[in-house]
Amino acid sequence: MTNKVELEIKGLNFYYSGDIHALKNINLTIHNKSVTALIGPSGCGKTTLLRCFNRMHDLYPKHRYEGEILFRDNNLLANGNDLIKLRSRIGMVFQRPTPFPMSIFDNVAYGLRLKGIKKKSDLAERVEKALKHAALWDEVKNKLTASAYDLSGGQQQRLVIARALAVEPEVLLFDEPTSALDPISTSKIEDLVMQLKKDITIIIVTHNMQQAARISDWTGFLMLGELIEFGTTERIFTAPSEKLTEDYVTGRFG
Amino acid sequence: MAIFDEELVRLNGLVLQMGSLVEMAIKNSVQSIVARDNELARKVIDGDHQVNTLDIEIDEESIRLIALRQPMAGDLRLITTAMKITADLERMGDLAVNIAQRAIELNKEPVLKEYIDIPRMREIAQGMTRDALDAFVKRDMKLAKDVIMRDDEIDDLKHKILSELLFLMTENSSIICRAMRVTFVAQYLERIADHATNMAEMVLYLIEGKIIRHTSKLP
Repeated sequence: MTNKVELEIKGLNFYYSGDIHALKNINLTIHNKSVTALIGPSGCGKTTLLRCFNRMHDLYPKHRYEGEILFRDNNLLANGNDLIKLRSRIGMVFQRPTPFPMSIFDNVAYGLRLKGIKKKSDLAERVEKALKHAALWDEVKNKLTASAYDLSGGQQQRLVIARALAVEPEVLLFDEPTSALDPISTSKIEDLVMQLKKDITIIIVTHNMQQAARISDWTGFLMLGELIEFGTTERIFTAPSEKLTEDYVTGRFG
Repeated sequence: MAIFDEELVRLNGLVLQMGSLVEMAIKNSVQSIVARDNELARKVIDGDHQVNTLDIEIDEESIRLIALRQPMAGDLRLITTAMKITADLERMGDLAVNIAQRAIELNKEPVLKEYIDIPRMREIAQGMTRDALDAFVKRDMKLAKDVIMRDDEIDDLKHKILSELLFLMTENSSIICRAMRVTFVAQYLERIADHATNMAEMVLYLIEGKIIRHTSKLP
């Protein structure tokens, strides 16, 4: 955990089409090489916020951002950004594993080929590195040509993480990455997240408060599109300053 | 009320129950010296098992709540505070037993001198204990800080008693045995007040979420 700033969110507002005001004046600092958890009740805006970081909302027209998200001093919300490039620097892992209908090897090599890496030995090297990084190599090294669908749910999720890691992102976004997994696979993903933060910055949305407590360094609590409280995870879960946060983390919400 | 809230209320109640037993033991133990009442001293010694039973019950209940309810924030602080306060109360109960044991020994011999400062120490230590528990129940920060402030008073009294007895012992070696026992009692009361101070510090943690132990200054 460092104190260096990775992302600086300033006065961020977000509107879904039809002017639904989903994020209200969010100000937040994401620290470099740390895990930040976003928690809050359903509909609070945590996933909406996560999707701002790699401009996923741009897939639908009429959605609108206001404010700034500074990423290495550049506003990533500015017009004219190369979104493909941005998404390889800020990758995303979804709730359900999303392997492509191809072999394990090709899944991980996919992004690399898009980036123009063609040489077989280079590809093999980077695929192996990514699979090792995602703690999946030992389980798949003898069946790299098998279909990704042959893997278990937990393995598929780690494959997807390997695919994201292969293009060497600086930030990885996780949207409830373990909600579809059993406890053992969950614990593997959690270990992996804690390993990964040595090299990259991680932001994770989770409904599981114990998970946020276990793996994150920083926690932000959102409600109705507002960031109610942000602080070290230890403080948020032992002595939050806002009553709304206290009610939420102690399960007395609503 | 949610079941978990009821469980927390019950835990709170167990701590208070233990606290009132200990407070009574402190009062009776010193009274058994002042009134030379062996029966009362025995009552204190025999009553300690109730304190110990509650100590175990509170620990088990706290561990159960941590494991099954996975408490956070204020709930987590309440449960950890209950566990720590209980450990202090258990030691205070033991110290009251020690006082009662010294009472039985002292009561076998002639009165050393009129007790003035020992009852005064008792009054302060017992008051600190009661107020620490009150502050716990009412989440009263001011009262908890007040308990912590009173610890100096009891330290001063202990030093006064010790130097007086030391003076008496140098004058008359035949009273050394009795004087030592009274010295012990003063030590025990001072330790009781220390535990009450710990309890008050935990109450501040419960309210504020800040651990102030081992720092010289109050927030």
